[in-house]
This record gives sequence, structure tokens and C-alpha cells, in this order.
Amino acid sequence: MSNAIEALDGRAERSPALSGVQQSVWASGIIAAVAWAAAAIATIALPDVVPWGSDRLFAVIMAGGALALVILAFVVPRAGRFGEGWINYGPWLIAIGVWLTLWELTTAKFGWLPKPFFSPPNGLLNVYVTETSRILICIGYTLRLWSIGFASGAVVGYALGVALGWSKRFSYWGMPILKLIGPVPATAWIPCTFFFFPTTFAASVFIVALSAGIPIAILTSSGVASVNRAYYDVGRNLGASEWYLVSKIAAPASLPHVFVGLFMALYYSFAVLVVAEMLGAKFGLGWYIQFETAYSGYANVYATLVIMALICAGIVKLLFVARDRLLGWQKGFI
Amino acid sequence: MAATATELRAAPAASRNIAIDIRGVSHAFELDGSRLAVLESIDLSVEAGEFVALLGPSGCGKSTLLRLISGLEQPTTGFISAEGSLIDRPDPSRILVFQDPTLFPWATVWNNVATGLDARGVLRQESARVDSALDLVGLRDFSKAYPHQLSGGMAQRAALARALVNDPALLLLDEPLGKLDSLTRLTLQEELVSLWRREGFTAILVTHDVEEAVLLASRVIVLSERPGRIKAEFKVERPYPRHRDDPELVGLRRQILATLGLAT
Repeated sequence: MSNAIEALDGRAERSPALSGVQQSVWASGIIAAVAWAAAAIATIALPDVVPWGSDRLFAVIMAGGALALVILAFVVPRAGRFGEGWINYGPWLIAIGVWLTLWELTTAKFGWLPKPFFSPPNGLLNVYVTETSRILICIGYTLRLWSIGFASGAVVGYALGVALGWSKRFSYWGMPILKLIGPVPATAWIPCTFFFFPTTFAASVFIVALSAGIPIAILTSSGVASVNRAYYDVGRNLGASEWYLVSKIAAPASLPHVFVGLFMALYYSFAVLVVAEMLGAKFGLGWYIQFETAYSGYANVYATLVIMALICAGIVKLLFVARDRLLGWQKGFI
Repeated sequence: MAATATELRAAPAASRNIAIDIRGVSHAFELDGSRLAVLESIDLSVEAGEFVALLGPSGCGKSTLLRLISGLEQPTTGFISAEGSLIDRPDPSRILVFQDPTLFPWATVWNNVATGLDARGVLRQESARVDSALDLVGLRDFSKAYPHQLSGGMAQRAALARALVNDPALLLLDEPLGKLDSLTRLTLQEELVSLWRREGFTAILVTHDVEEAVLLASRVIVLSERPGRIKAEFKVERPYPRHRDDPELVGLRRQILATLGLAT
């Protein structure tokens, strides 16, 4: 009888095999630890088809992770809010362990996915170990190019977008041009940029800025144009100047659209980074990818792609934080 | 009749207020190339400190008339003047309060109320007026709240404060209580009357509610169907504060409803 009631209860349903052991031990943590340990054992115990280096380091990291997960499995159920975060990501930790084990087996150990096209996880790790300083320099160069390009593209795109959304005359001339230029890939401008810009770095910045600026301009203009007219009536009635209407009403009211534009711009600008770094760059993650591709250093390529993906995800996260702060006034914004 | 002329006006010493003169005003909209006449030959004088209610079927141009008086739009023909000078643009001395509070959702209540002072660049010197306007409508404790956190009645109070902070000589109320629940509406009706009596502005109220019109206004103007013309005019000569079951007001209400074609 009490079992039936428990089964009806939502909590009982979420963990069907509810027992005394599971309440005191985080089961997913134990399973994840096993998966991570399997990756470590597979790396050490089985012979390589072709050596990749850093296999011991990789095994140590995975074994360390497994040990940490075992400890967490006992800490997490007693850790309150801190524990809830781990429990939420438990299935992911298991998946990562399983994925790394299979990856290690199919590449380095069985050779089903052969060198040089594929690399085991320790191959990527080996790249980070042996190329540390070069990769760090490349990260610095890429971040410099991206941040200058994205920031200038965002500023110019936002200003253009407000003007396009606000002024009928500006929109009459600007909108058709923007609609024509918009779909052209930013990379198609490379010949012109070589002519117009004094340095290749300035040309690269322009390409990144263009790819970021266009979605921001389009989204901002649609945001400004869709502001509730009644807000302007209120402003005019209260004695607001034209500049006040633009800066204090149109600008904040269009902010939700602007953020959509910023997210789109972020992905576009990251996509063109590789091409922008073709233009006579000496360092940069995009340049490094091309350089290593030319020498069939695919492990280096994968290792760099992982870094780029992490950087992009980090910036997306920052943008979300900024959005939540600036758009807190918006109820139910997704 | 106990009511004297002064009792039917807002307190004259309290503040400046203005008289409005509407002469031969007609207005039409262009809709897909065809002309839609909304108002036709309106002649109306509103005395300084008076509370006038405009009643009429929906779509008869009442709200348009308020927009014309505010100066947000210009009449197709005819003239509207305030104290003898032609109204050709909006001005913070004549403030329109809409049916929707139209508060800026990105700004706190305090900043919303401060809009007028900020727009005219006097906020720094006169910020105390924002607090007193919030006190006036009882929203002092909500000055840091955002509009989405307010109830309908509170939002409309904030919109009133945003108007009052500018010390308007004329308040144009476009069904400001139309969307509120009936209890909030009754409370705000009383608050509107006492604000008007204390602050001394001239008030023109557009409403659908005949009871509200006779309860608040010293004069009720009934407009015809579109294109709106002045059909009838009723003086409400009862002293404030009024009671909604006052037999004279009930009788007047019946009379007005009959004019609107809704005989009971």
C-alpha cells in the first residue's frame, strides 16, 4: 500500500529504484567513475597501433577524474545545492567517460579510425602539451582580432540599425543596400579589402566586423521599427526632443532584438575567423588550423577546434549573463 | 441646490489651469486612399478648472478629439486654442493619459514618473517632485519596481503620477480606468476627483461609462456616431464628493442613456 502511494508520488517516480544505498551514494557518480577508469585502463593496458604520446598523462588525468568521482559520489548526497548541480550533470559525466573510452579504443588501440585522419584523445592532449606556448600565442592573436572586429562591427551595426529603423529617408537608401550586401559572404570582400586597407590586420578586422555588423544592423533596425508607437506619443507629450526619443526610448525598447542580433553576429564572426586569418597572419587559431592542415597535422587541427569551440561557448555564456542583467525588466523573455 | 459655481470647479488657488476653445473642428483620416471622417464641426469651450466628460458610441472620435487637444495631431479643419493661443504641438502642460498605462517596461516606476522632467533636462534640480508625485498616488514603496511587477491599478496610478509630476494645466484622460477591474475602478474614480479638486487642473475625460461620467464631471458632452458631432450637453450640478446612488445623478444617468439610444 505504502509502495503504491510512493509510486504515485513525484519523487518516487523520478528515481524508480529508490533504496537506502542510493540515498546515501550518488549512483551516477559511481557509474561515471567506472567509465572514466575504463578509459584510463584501456589507455595503459592495451598496446598502441601507432604511438601518439601523452598516453600516460591522459591515463593519469582520467584515473584522477575517476577517483574524484568516487569521492564526489559520497559527498554529493550530503552537499545540498552544490550536490544538485553535480546530480544534474551526472548522465553527462557518464557519457563523457564512455565516449573517451570508445574514442581511445577505436583510434589508438584498434586502429579502426587510422592516423593521420583521426587522433585519440591523448593525441589532442599531446598537442596541448608539446605546443603550449604556440597555441597560447595563437589564442591571444585570435582573441585580439575577434574582439576588435566584433566590437567595431557591433558599434557600427547598432548605430546603422538605429538610423535605419528611425529615419524613413535613411531606410529608403540604406535598406535595399543592406539587403543586397547581407547575403554576400564576408569572405567575398577579400579582394576589395586588400586594396582599401593599409595592413592585412585591418583587412581581417574589417571582414570580422562586417560579418558581425550585418545581423546586428538588420535586427536593430527591425527592433527600432517595431517599438510601440504609443511610447513615442508619451515621450513627445512630455516634452522630449527627437534625440531623447531615439536614445531613451527607441534604444532601450529595441534591446531584445539587438541581443538576438548579437548572438547571430557571434556565430557568424567566429565562422569567418579562419578565413580572416588567411590574410597574411603570422599567428592565430585560424592560421594555425590552416598551417597544420597543410602538413596533415589533423590532431593539431582537432585540438585547435576544441579550443575555438570552448572560447565561443564561453563568450556565448558571457553574452547570456549580460543579457539577463540588461533585460531583467522583460518578463518571460526566452 | 447647495452647489455653488466654485464647488463645481477645481480649487482655483491650487495651481494654474487653462481654458480650451475648440472652434469648427473637423477631422478625417486617410485609409487606403479613401477619406474617413471622424469628427465634424465640433464647437466646445472648456473653462479653466472644469471637469468635462466626453461620452459617445465607440469609434465616434472621442479619443481623436483628445489627441487633437493634446497637439499630437492637427485637425484637418478648424482651430483648437489654449488660453487664446493656438495648439500646434504637444506640450507638457497638456498631458494625455491613455487607456493602457504605456509605462516604459525597461525603466523602474521612479524613472517612468521622472520621464517628463528628464526629457526637459530639469530632473537633477527637481527630482523631489518625482517622490511627491509618487506619494500623491500612493506608490512611494514601489518606486524601484518594474512595470511588469505592478497590478493594473498600480500601473495606471504610476501613469497618473507620470502626468502629474509635470504639474499639468490640463489633463486629458482617455478611458484611463477602462481596463481595470470594477473595485479598483471605483477607488480610482474617487482618487481622480480628489486629485482634480486638490491640484486644480482642467480635466477632459473620455469614457464609455455613463455612471463614471456623471460621478466625476461637472459637464457631460454626448457625441453622435461617427463622424462625431456634439449631440447633447448635460450640466451635473451636484457638489463633490458625490455619491453614486444620489437620486439626481441616477436620474441624469437615465436621461443620458436615453440620449445614447439606450432607454431603460
